[in-house]
Amino acid sequence: MELLTDAPLLPGEERVIDKDIIYICPFSGAIKGRVLISNYRLFFRNVDADPAVTLEVPLGAISRVEKMGGASSRGENSYGLDITCKDMRNLRFALKQEGHSRRDIFDILFRYAFPLSHGLQLFAFLSQEKFPENGWNVYNPMQEFRRQGLPNDQWRVTFLNSTYELCDTYPSILVVPYTASDEDLRRVATFRSRSRISVLSWIHPENQAVITRCSQPLVGMGGKRNRDDERYLELIRATNRTTSKLTIFDARPNVNAVANKATGGGYEGEDAYQNAELVFLDIQNIHVMRESLKKLKDIVFPNVEESHWLSSLESTHWLEHIKLVLSGAIQVADRISSGSSVVVHCSDGWDRTAQLSSLAMLMLDGYYRTLRGFQVLLEKEWLSFGHKFASRIGHGDKNHADADRSPIFLQFVDCVWQMTKQFPTAFQFNEHFLVTLLDHLYSCRFGTFLFNCESMREASVRPQPPHWHAPQPPAVSQGHWSDGVTVVRLFQEVKKKTVSLWSFINSEPSSYSNPFFTVDLSHVLYPVASMRHLELWVSYYIRWNPRIRQQQSPMEQRYKELLALKEQYLKKLEELQLSDRAPQVFPRGPHLSNSASPSPSSPPPRVTRLQTPF
Amino acid sequence: MFSLGSNGGKYTKPSFVSYVNPEQKGNDALQEKNPVFLPGEVVFCSASPVLKCTHDDLLEGSIMGTLFCTNFRISFVSDQVLLEDVVQPFRNRLYGENDIPLTCVDQIYGDYDEKRKLITNTQMKNKHPNGIIVHCKDLRVFQFSLKLAKEEAAKKIFQGIVRHSLEPKSLRCIFAFSYCENIAGAPETQNKPRTLMFENIVDWMEEMKRTKGNCKLLEINKDFTISQKVLFDRLPQFFFIPTNVLEKDLAAYQGKGVPIWCWSHHSGCALFKTASLPLVQEESFLRAQKLYMERMLNAVAHNYLYAVKAVDLSETLPSIQDIQQSYSRFKQNFLIDNIGEFWISDMKWFSTLETTRWLSIIRQCLHKAVEVVEYLEKENTNILLIEDGGTDLSCVISSLVQLMLDPHYRTLTGFQSLVQKEWVVGGHNFLERCNHLNNKDKESPVFLLFLECVWQLLQQHSLAFQFSETYLTVLSDSISVAIFSTFIFSSPYQRVSSMKTESQTHGSLLNIPSVWDWSLQFDCKSQEFLFNPLYREKSKQEKTRNKNQRPKPIRQLSLPNATPPKKYFFKEETESLRKMLRGTRISRWMHLSDSAQASVWEFYNAWQQKPLDYHGLLLPDLDGPAIRLWMQRYLRWIPEVQIFGGGDITLVNKITSLSQELEELRMELEQQVRQADPRCKSTETVNKSTIRMSCFFPFASCRSGSFKPAIPTSHCDGEMDMGHLAEREDEDTELTDNSVIRGCAD
Repeated sequence: MELLTDAPLLPGEERVIDKDIIYICPFSGAIKGRVLISNYRLFFRNVDADPAVTLEVPLGAISRVEKMGGASSRGENSYGLDITCKDMRNLRFALKQEGHSRRDIFDILFRYAFPLSHGLQLFAFLSQEKFPENGWNVYNPMQEFRRQGLPNDQWRVTFLNSTYELCDTYPSILVVPYTASDEDLRRVATFRSRSRISVLSWIHPENQAVITRCSQPLVGMGGKRNRDDERYLELIRATNRTTSKLTIFDARPNVNAVANKATGGGYEGEDAYQNAELVFLDIQNIHVMRESLKKLKDIVFPNVEESHWLSSLESTHWLEHIKLVLSGAIQVADRISSGSSVVVHCSDGWDRTAQLSSLAMLMLDGYYRTLRGFQVLLEKEWLSFGHKFASRIGHGDKNHADADRSPIFLQFVDCVWQMTKQFPTAFQFNEHFLVTLLDHLYSCRFGTFLFNCESMREASVRPQPPHWHAPQPPAVSQGHWSDGVTVVRLFQEVKKKTVSLWSFINSEPSSYSNPFFTVDLSHVLYPVASMRHLELWVSYYIRWNPRIRQQQSPMEQRYKELLALKEQYLKKLEELQLSDRAPQVFPRGPHLSNSASPSPSSPPPRVTRLQTPF
Repeated sequence: MFSLGSNGGKYTKPSFVSYVNPEQKGNDALQEKNPVFLPGEVVFCSASPVLKCTHDDLLEGSIMGTLFCTNFRISFVSDQVLLEDVVQPFRNRLYGENDIPLTCVDQIYGDYDEKRKLITNTQMKNKHPNGIIVHCKDLRVFQFSLKLAKEEAAKKIFQGIVRHSLEPKSLRCIFAFSYCENIAGAPETQNKPRTLMFENIVDWMEEMKRTKGNCKLLEINKDFTISQKVLFDRLPQFFFIPTNVLEKDLAAYQGKGVPIWCWSHHSGCALFKTASLPLVQEESFLRAQKLYMERMLNAVAHNYLYAVKAVDLSETLPSIQDIQQSYSRFKQNFLIDNIGEFWISDMKWFSTLETTRWLSIIRQCLHKAVEVVEYLEKENTNILLIEDGGTDLSCVISSLVQLMLDPHYRTLTGFQSLVQKEWVVGGHNFLERCNHLNNKDKESPVFLLFLECVWQLLQQHSLAFQFSETYLTVLSDSISVAIFSTFIFSSPYQRVSSMKTESQTHGSLLNIPSVWDWSLQFDCKSQEFLFNPLYREKSKQEKTRNKNQRPKPIRQLSLPNATPPKKYFFKEETESLRKMLRGTRISRWMHLSDSAQASVWEFYNAWQQKPLDYHGLLLPDLDGPAIRLWMQRYLRWIPEVQIFGGGDITLVNKITSLSQELEELRMELEQQVRQADPRCKSTETVNKSTIRMSCFFPFASCRSGSFKPAIPTSHCDGEMDMGHLAEREDEDTELTDNSVIRGCAD
């Protein structure tokens, strides 16, 4: 069979193997073809080009590769590979039983899909892609704080964490109350889980109410108190005159917060924090979310549960979790817009807290609803504040059952999608942008989501499997591996060695923008967090099903047509006005000049039949 | 636009003075607070002061006012001067937001010292409750407190409301009769295109000509003379039958079993419907029935290519009672009178919806319609729909089939003509199905079910329909405003005969208006909401192109083929029919359902893979996620679910305003070309107003400025069974580093 010589390859992408195979499509059955595995993707194409069936999976999206059937298995296509993906699909390939034909492909796939488990580089470090835009410049923390009007007389910027000494999972630049000294901050850090102290995320431009985020206090079984922490929260409250009580949103269910005391954590006691009010938001932990998504996958892939769709959907609880996250964010936004400052935390302050603060900011600040602004939001609330992307996604790691994996970011993007659905004109980016974001969350083609926190990113690290205990002899020896060291310093930092996802996106912004976008900076956007309005994001979760129409929405299509028409009209008007000023150029008449060929003799353009039926 | 003149008989001052209780006279302030009465409207009783309670936090609790009960409605008139009309861009001329037409009352609950009881017409004559809660058929909920009113007045208004909205009554008590007596006969609207009423031969001939059908017109029922003796009373005045059916065949079973023509496919095959023959046990009768049905089927088959398929709807679709039961469970979920209840029900929302089975009934109907469409479109088989009465589900299915196949019915007048043809003249028993006379036993929202199915099609293919979602919602509301001839009769025969009787008693010709005269309900501006701004008429080019491109071989949609060729040839069919008619009528469809399902699936897939033509065949996606809740109709009155400044309406508005802008530009261009005047600067950038519309616009009010978001209150976390996972820590490691080390140092 002919080799897949024309398969699309990225700069820096290299072929590894090319092989005859049978793809067992869950929708249309066995398809004979050929598969190519490179260091970036798995690519399949069928033999008969008509109808062409191609399959493309970035290896980063693979969470598990298994052998299916043995050499003695009977039945057609019973010997092959079973691939589980992180992006809501499973793939099955069948091979010939003779001659252990799957051994090489299995080994290669296993190695390249999980490069970090084999001492290999993630593709982002091998990619040679170039883009006109440099996405690493999208976020500049100082610039973003300045946009928010910071520092001001109540809030100062501190570089205390510039070497990640105060908190290794926090960004280097922090905004804290003006009245709190660096020494105060150090002392407060001792009382917050992983030293994640309360720092400013967002300030309301008018009423000066602030969203601050942190981790749980280390109260423990004994119900410890810490005067510094108490005083610090009081300082935060006092930055804003209208805040009589600081609202502490603990994202967890009450029982979990209590249970956390056993491991040294806990929540702010009423007696200890006098001018504060504690509200639990009942959002479940990462393990619950992971199981929920697993259940969701069961009912949508490969086939959509037919007879009891609604109750099956309900039993996954996926939308219920979405509802709770959104409802929590609404409460945060509501407090802020009524002039009351808030503190948001969960246990460590990097999962639920990131969801809540970023969603609330999305509701409050129209800037974050633009394409650029949203990137800034992600860079700030998720990447710089240490959402553990490496652990949650498990990039390049073979340990598919790792308990640290959880679809927290996906859940956040789903919440954003629900908001775009409820406010279809309020966001500058479109659904395609959100889907692309999620695709590259897994793909490992860009450096953006590869690391757990800013210090890891900046320390020019080589990403490691999340639980790197004893070094295994790497298949391909590269660099220096030493016992117990979890961070191996390499030559250059991530920004120099990899491309940012935003470079890719911002080099072609038009395909990610929403034509209906209307700038509206004055309103707070409150979505309705009721099951009556929440719906399953079908075009993401069920997109592999051919029955789901993947097409541009007809309304969008219509609108774009009208916009194009408007362009055309305006151009003509301009031309006519020009010709007015120099009236001798064209003979006047019923002919409108065609913009492409401004010859008066060209046939009248579409204008005559442009009557819109409105 | 199809509107009448701006004053289609509305707002003319009533000829009577006032029916307000004498003791209230003299109080000028109260005097002015009468509702604006409709012609023929008479006040039965009133009470004041009555509190209208609301759970919309904007209005803070309750409003003081007077409650009236008239022969048309229950009306609450507020003492407060109402806010300006700006908040209501879409007003109904017949009744306002505080009016409940008597026929719109669904249920009344009495508030007896914190205990709520359902009021039935038989009880509650003596003790009147402190307050009443009225659930309306258009899903509104009203709460009135009678505590402040005088004992006597409270009792009187309570009894009045119960009597007039719940007790059985006769047809002539329906308000339409008093109303039409007092308005000038509605002027004949000479609009083009017009809605075909199918009350005369011309309309029928026009329809037959349009579809290029080939059937025989029967005028035998012209004066309904036969209706009373020979034919059963649901038959229209005029109808088409296959050419091979003889007039004497009609007499055999009072017209039951006779195929009535509905619509002809462009290939020549056609859709017929009929009422099934009475069930008999005796062998000789059975044999006669069989022979008769065979002849009828042959006649249908003869219409085109000798292929016929009988589709028995009674066997495969839910019964009329099922539909009623399902809907009454379903609607209950939207009649919400306190916020707590709303949020508690929110967590179990999907399963609650599912247990009502309403969405699944909608899916079944759409599925059946697609099945029929497939026979017509792919197999070019003539279809005979059979149903017990022949005027319920066969109306649903036949109209859906026509809507999917024929783009004409997706225009506004086309749709109205379809409803006239299949439902109004087709003999659907609106009077009893809508329960206008409060005899519950035959109530069933069959027509609403049809509108639901249409809505599903509309939301899936929003560009294919000339009418809007709002149109469907308003139409569904109009069913329970007993003013329109469209929805108050049980058959065309009853309409003609009762009009005749009433006209005789009144000595003048009565003319009850049709619902299609939208100017009775809405002014010109409001009527624009009934149109879908996304709809685009088929351009002339497209028309000619399609004509030329239409492939002559008729099997257009055949696939990498799995469908057996010509399986439904009529010989086989009569054989199966024989089985079907055997006593118990165990359906062979039951056994076929799997293959039918697969076939429909395949048919849909093949259609879906082609580029979508909004002026061609239109099929619904029947997957679980695709069948949805008609949010505008069911959620529009619930404050908690209003998305202000959001919803698809914002998209529609953008498109509309861009189109307007384009229109202005076009005019400007033309002016420029003509060099008439220096162009006038017309396009002012659209005002960035602070008003934010609800996603259920035009129904719910707008909000301006800031407001509080709806925050879910009940999370019933106990019910979410997360098992052991919920107790686990996010990170499995203990918080050792600083909790122990630094914590100790502290």
